[in-house]
Amino acid sequence: MILLQGKGVSKGIAEGPLYFLQKPDTTIVKETGKDIEAEKARIAEAKEKSAAQLLALAEKCREEAGDDAAFVFETHAMFLDDDDYVEGINDCLASEQCNAEYAVRTAGDTFAAMFAAMDDAYMSARAADIKDITQRLLNNLMGIVEGGIDSDVPVILCADDLAPSETLQLDKSLILGFALQGGSGTSHTAILARTMGIPAICGLGDALTEELNGREGWIDAETGEIILDPDEITLKGLEMKAKKQAELKELMQTMIGQEDVTLDGKKIKLYCNIGSPEDVAAVKANDGQGIGLFRSEFLYLATDDYPTEDAQFEAYKAVAEAMEGKRVIIRTLDIGADKQVDYFEMKPEENPALGVRAIRICLNRPEVFRTQLRALYRASAYGKVAIMFPMITSVWEVKECKRACQAVMKELDEEGIPYNADTELGIMIETPASVFMARDLAKEVDFFSVGTNDLTQYTLACDRQANDLGKFFDPHHPAVLRALKQAADAAHAEGIWIGICGELGADTELLPTFLAIGIDELSVSPASVLPLRAEIRKSIAGSCTLDALEGEFAD
Amino acid sequence: MKQFSYTITDPIGIHARPAGMLAQLAKSFADTAVTFTKGDQTVKATQLMKLMNLGVKAGDEVTIGVEGGDEDAALAALEAFMKENL
Repeated sequence: MILLQGKGVSKGIAEGPLYFLQKPDTTIVKETGKDIEAEKARIAEAKEKSAAQLLALAEKCREEAGDDAAFVFETHAMFLDDDDYVEGINDCLASEQCNAEYAVRTAGDTFAAMFAAMDDAYMSARAADIKDITQRLLNNLMGIVEGGIDSDVPVILCADDLAPSETLQLDKSLILGFALQGGSGTSHTAILARTMGIPAICGLGDALTEELNGREGWIDAETGEIILDPDEITLKGLEMKAKKQAELKELMQTMIGQEDVTLDGKKIKLYCNIGSPEDVAAVKANDGQGIGLFRSEFLYLATDDYPTEDAQFEAYKAVAEAMEGKRVIIRTLDIGADKQVDYFEMKPEENPALGVRAIRICLNRPEVFRTQLRALYRASAYGKVAIMFPMITSVWEVKECKRACQAVMKELDEEGIPYNADTELGIMIETPASVFMARDLAKEVDFFSVGTNDLTQYTLACDRQANDLGKFFDPHHPAVLRALKQAADAAHAEGIWIGICGELGADTELLPTFLAIGIDELSVSPASVLPLRAEIRKSIAGSCTLDALEGEFAD
Repeated sequence: MKQFSYTITDPIGIHARPAGMLAQLAKSFADTAVTFTKGDQTVKATQLMKLMNLGVKAGDEVTIGVEGGDEDAALAALEAFMKENL
């Protein structure tokens, strides 16, 4: 029996082969003197494969998000089949006598440049489509597996740590769980695992070596263990746990369709946190009543250039439509600190968590902000969209955000583009300053949402990325809970609602405290909705106490 | 050869979705060649990228021509398509 010990950061247990993520070599070198016919045949094969992938994607998309979303992939398939595009590749092959990869990339670049040069924002943005198709063709030529996982069965995915842009590419249906050498409970991968409702263990260290690739194993996030070749007793224990997990999952299905209300009638808005439009499927499967936090970062992390207004609009619209009139709170760009995007060309900072991040970037770069706000307002015509600004510390910041919104609405008016003028605006409460200023801030917005990871980090002066702070990083600390109450009292005094969209919201141990504080909304990972609903329906809000706020002095 | 003219009303002009649908529609008439003209530039309606590269915008007048096969049926289908989508 081999046992690797780490720290469980997303609950669950699963059994399957360990799979180490390979980061493929994607460099293309020009090789000349090639057999043109052989290269043509390779391209034809890759083209066929690409078309099949695109049509499968379109089919999948149609089931999950409808015709509009599916058509993107169908158009890509048509581009791929376009005579001019194919001719461009063949011409390059013939004139350069080169390898297929080089010809495809050269032709792709030419066509992308042709679109990029067009004097029309929409058309020049299509260059990204051409690049996308070209990349798919190249991947198939070079045998790079899209989704990064070359396996027919779901696997326990092993890596040192995963960047957001890497996890975005992964085929989620092939992942049973995550086993990471590094990482932390608040890292991107941990959040992703919780959204997917699958186990994740971080901090496994060097013991998780590539020599284990392909071995059958168990991941048990409750104990934080990866187990290979379990002995009989251990195996029995693991199987029992897996059975219990399956039973609990089934039991939770009975919570679908039930109202989120305590025994004494206090209603809670039970919403979900998502990171991309594809997460909506999980929200629906778990009966989430809205989106309390849609992290817009994925749009920026998934590309190597600023996402266009249209690309953003399509993503926001897809989620707004899919949620069918339920509230969708979209947070404006929240990069900086642990989430870096190369093309923003941010200066390196000594303390990025205290640096130019989130709303500070947006207010410093009005053009980036304007593009996102335009996309958000345009999407507001298709559902109940609300906009949320992160990392607020001052009233002037909120006023400046609102002025930017006004300017965008005026533009849309002039262009005759529909939007909802009553789109709700809210802010994240995640800095101590925003707690102290809560009463003044509440006068400016429609709602508050507390980001507990950052509020804990800034209140306790504990770097949330640091692995060795252990007991010092304590989201249950009375200081954090008192901050929460102070913000809630301010919100209610001004007649607005307050929610929690940090991981703490799913912490059932604190539910009585949240109810006593009067939290109106809890936004959690989709997998946490039904267990939390079960807890809410067992609770009596009126008899919950604020004891946890005194926690430090209780003994 | 038969043809008709149409003024684009879609605010974005001929974007990917209708262009793709138009190319598909044009391909569906096996014996009929469909051309698309803006100003002095003419492309085959099946040439998706060239079609988009015309950069047709709202307010532009375009001419759609059909030649061969059942020209009347193709013309009617294309006219209905343009009105519906562009």
